[in-house]
Amino acid sequence: TKHIKTLNKK
Amino acid sequence: MIHKYKLGGYNICLDVHSGAVHVLDDAAYDILDILEKTETMEKQPDEQIFVCLEDKYDREEIADTYDALYELYENGLLFSPDDYEQFAGMMTKAPVKSMCINISHDCNLRCEYCFAAKGDFGQGRCLMPLETAKKAIDFIIANSGTRKNLEVDFFGGEPLMNFDVVKQTVEYARSIEKKHNKHFRFTITTNGLLLDDEKIEYINREMNNAVLSLDGRKEVNDRLRVTPNGKGCYDTIVPKYQKLVAGRGDKDYYIRGTFTKYNLDFTEDVLHFRDLGFEQLSIEPVVSDPKLDYSIKYEDLPRVFEEYERLAHTIISSRKKGDYYNFFHFMIDLNQGPCAIKRLRGCGCGNEYVAVTPQGDIYPCHQFVGNEDYKMGNLHDGTFNTAMKEDFAKANVYSKENCKDCWAKFYCSGGCNANNYQYEGDIRKSHKTSCELEKKRLECAIMIKAALAEDGDETPCDGEDCFSACC
Repeated sequence: TKHIKTLNKK
Repeated sequence: MIHKYKLGGYNICLDVHSGAVHVLDDAAYDILDILEKTETMEKQPDEQIFVCLEDKYDREEIADTYDALYELYENGLLFSPDDYEQFAGMMTKAPVKSMCINISHDCNLRCEYCFAAKGDFGQGRCLMPLETAKKAIDFIIANSGTRKNLEVDFFGGEPLMNFDVVKQTVEYARSIEKKHNKHFRFTITTNGLLLDDEKIEYINREMNNAVLSLDGRKEVNDRLRVTPNGKGCYDTIVPKYQKLVAGRGDKDYYIRGTFTKYNLDFTEDVLHFRDLGFEQLSIEPVVSDPKLDYSIKYEDLPRVFEEYERLAHTIISSRKKGDYYNFFHFMIDLNQGPCAIKRLRGCGCGNEYVAVTPQGDIYPCHQFVGNEDYKMGNLHDGTFNTAMKEDFAKANVYSKENCKDCWAKFYCSGGCNANNYQYEGDIRKSHKTSCELEKKRLECAIMIKAALAEDGDETPCDGEDCFSACC
């Protein structure tokens, strides 16, 4: 999103 | 649990129990400052969040950012619960699948910092007879259960001082592996002095991994890595390493150095390795008595941290210019790393992994060799202390008081039992300096991933529709 970038894909 | 930090201009958040890594803008980072106190989220933000941040962001931006964080929370990627202790409780004895064969308790160097008491582990200089080496191979096959992949490291001392036995041991293992449905992977660690064309050709043909000891710049290497008459070894070994690596093909190797208090500018040594044409690089902090001049002490950590950051930025800069080299302690696989069970178990010391001496004595790992309290048995008399094996099997991150609530637990896996014992006298008591170093390296490694993702070298995850390498 414009606020968060997740770098990876339990 | 989350761990968030700022490094290299990035705001980074690791969600510990899911493994998700997020790069945040300032608003998201500041909101997490507030949320991490309770580690829970409601669909609508608490009014207190608006009050706390009203001087920095407008109400709409706070609400929008909170929604993005809440989506992560709902998807189990933020403040995810710790469900792993149940698996730690299942940790029991596993088959032995890895073995360090100390093929030589003798060495042709007298490195000042050598943990092996300059080659003989304090047990007198000797070489392993072939009969003992064969018994070691028989032992790992007999104790490996249904495991197919078995690893054997030829170690010492200096393995090349007993190279005929190395070759005969490999030949013996290869001759019986198929019959037992096993596959051996061999590693050799050498100081390089005895390398010649014949040995290089053999190592490049038979060894899955070759570890080549060199500390860096000539003046750094030759200060502590010296022959018995006090001469440095740099000029002798570097051309041999270059020849070996040139013929290595796609097989693994590492140029492996040790940094001490004398070269806390070790980025220069990494770059020197690169200048010599090497790509697979490791320089690791010395493990030594804190009273020694060259030891790394807790008060040295700020300087070491500064250098790790400098190295991380150097690596990013190099990669962006297309120059690829690999630094062992910054290697991290955020997408396809090992399973959580492996992360709980760690290195397997004393359980899946043992070390054997020329006399046939069995120890939990190479760093315990010579410590009679940790002698597990002997190949010749058939003894093997399964109670000690069980004890090591249970030494996982949830049985180590300082580890179970640590953000780095799934990456360091409880650290090094031998270091813990050497510094703290207890395999379950983590050594604070080693922990802090490991955490700093992890922060740098993740930051490198963030920087390369920004540049397109590492594509960030795009969820269900992602076709990038990360998924």
